[in-house]
Amino acid sequence: MGIFDKLQPLAAARRALAEKGVKSINVTMEEVLSPTEAVINGRRTILVGTNNYLGLTFDAGCIQAACKALQEQGTGTTGSRMANGTFAGHVALERELAEFFGCRGAIVFSTGYVANLGMLSALAQPGDVILLDADCHASIYDGCRLGGAEVIRFRHNDVSDLEKRLRRLGDRAANALILVEGIYSMLGDRAPLKEIAAVKRQYGACLLVDEAHSVGVLGNRGRGLAEEVGVEESVDFIVGTFSKSLGAIGGFAVSNHPELELIRYASRPYIFTASPSPSTIASTRTALQILRTRSELRTRLWENARRLYQRLSELNFRLGPEVSPIVAVRLPNPEEAIFLWNGLLERGVYVNLVLPPATPDGGALLRCSVSAGHTPEQVDRICEAFTSLRETAQTAQTIGTVTSPPARGGSV
Amino acid sequence: MTGYEEILRELLAILKTFAKPGQTLQEETDLVADLGLDSLRVMKLVVEVEDRFDISIPINTLPNIRTIRDFAVQLEQLLGEGH
Repeated sequence: MGIFDKLQPLAAARRALAEKGVKSINVTMEEVLSPTEAVINGRRTILVGTNNYLGLTFDAGCIQAACKALQEQGTGTTGSRMANGTFAGHVALERELAEFFGCRGAIVFSTGYVANLGMLSALAQPGDVILLDADCHASIYDGCRLGGAEVIRFRHNDVSDLEKRLRRLGDRAANALILVEGIYSMLGDRAPLKEIAAVKRQYGACLLVDEAHSVGVLGNRGRGLAEEVGVEESVDFIVGTFSKSLGAIGGFAVSNHPELELIRYASRPYIFTASPSPSTIASTRTALQILRTRSELRTRLWENARRLYQRLSELNFRLGPEVSPIVAVRLPNPEEAIFLWNGLLERGVYVNLVLPPATPDGGALLRCSVSAGHTPEQVDRICEAFTSLRETAQTAQTIGTVTSPPARGGSV
Repeated sequence: MTGYEEILRELLAILKTFAKPGQTLQEETDLVADLGLDSLRVMKLVVEVEDRFDISIPINTLPNIRTIRDFAVQLEQLLGEGH
């Protein structure tokens, strides 16, 4: 088998998608106008799939801080945290993150993906055992693989399945590492963290929570799901990202365990990659201050989330199980998802198109993520686009001209 | 401890629901090439087998499993280890 042969199924999948009317599932933002608008295919488009939960990417304070750092410290660190890539800003951000989470220590990584790779590969190695929720993000799976620990999946959000698997481990359960997310990125549902924390305590295991989609979104102070449900004391490690609520790029881990400091020396993804640029660190520090002080952004985010979730529910779309800033429209097959996705783009609305196998149940998703930056009028326009498509699809189905009819009692 | 033959019998019974109509299942049957299981169906199969045998199958072991025999041998080993 030639080295490129394994890529041929992907070429076939791309051709199949092109035949269904999708040139590429990536779009190009030809011009970015604000946290919630860009020009795509020459058309001014509302962005509803950016994870820009607090809408801080164009915040004047964040931009000013980034520009100042850029001028004073240059464009990049050109090195690893372990070598020449630790500037005063990186250390200050770690101090501020630790303080924000009420933890002893913090580590800044170059991306959220790298944060999971860096933490998991250092924490769980051959001989160790990891129990992870089946719907965990790819970065968690990849981090587990890099570490080489034994990896056992439990059913998504199923605490009794987790408990059963801990019981099967016997004495090894006390050294197991449990991995869950605060809010799951595809359907926007939360982990039953209170119950998971109780099981974790019962067996004496360790618990790591990825709060990538919940920092700035949940909790009185915006610290995430662990704060929201009052179990921060039971969580050993929190991992997160700067590329969602904080509007930049980068990742972090916080913990009360003094051993966190040692992770730096054991983590290849920390040691062998360049550190975030000074401007990124500067804008993230400012964004963290905003997250801490402007709770009205969180209020607005949830108002928008409730509005979109309710309106799409009224249109009889099948959605994720609970109201969340991630509003996932669940469709039984890619054809319907592509039909709607193209229609939304033509109406100036961008959402994420998610196709199997990236979806939790093998279906297809139109994944919307709302922002505090969306105005009520924008949310209305998003809903109008869905309404218009719903009507078009129903009419088309009635006369039997839907380009790709749903295979199994579709929801459109 | 459950023996190989018994494990194989149980495994074949589960796999019947994953096989194509009229397909004969043998120890040498390849789960991907012959049964055409994609990654989602493989995970569904794993969960069914875990429930049936009351064990957890580490996902690291899956790349080593190509045939029904590989799967049965892996299960025999896991059952012996007490997963």
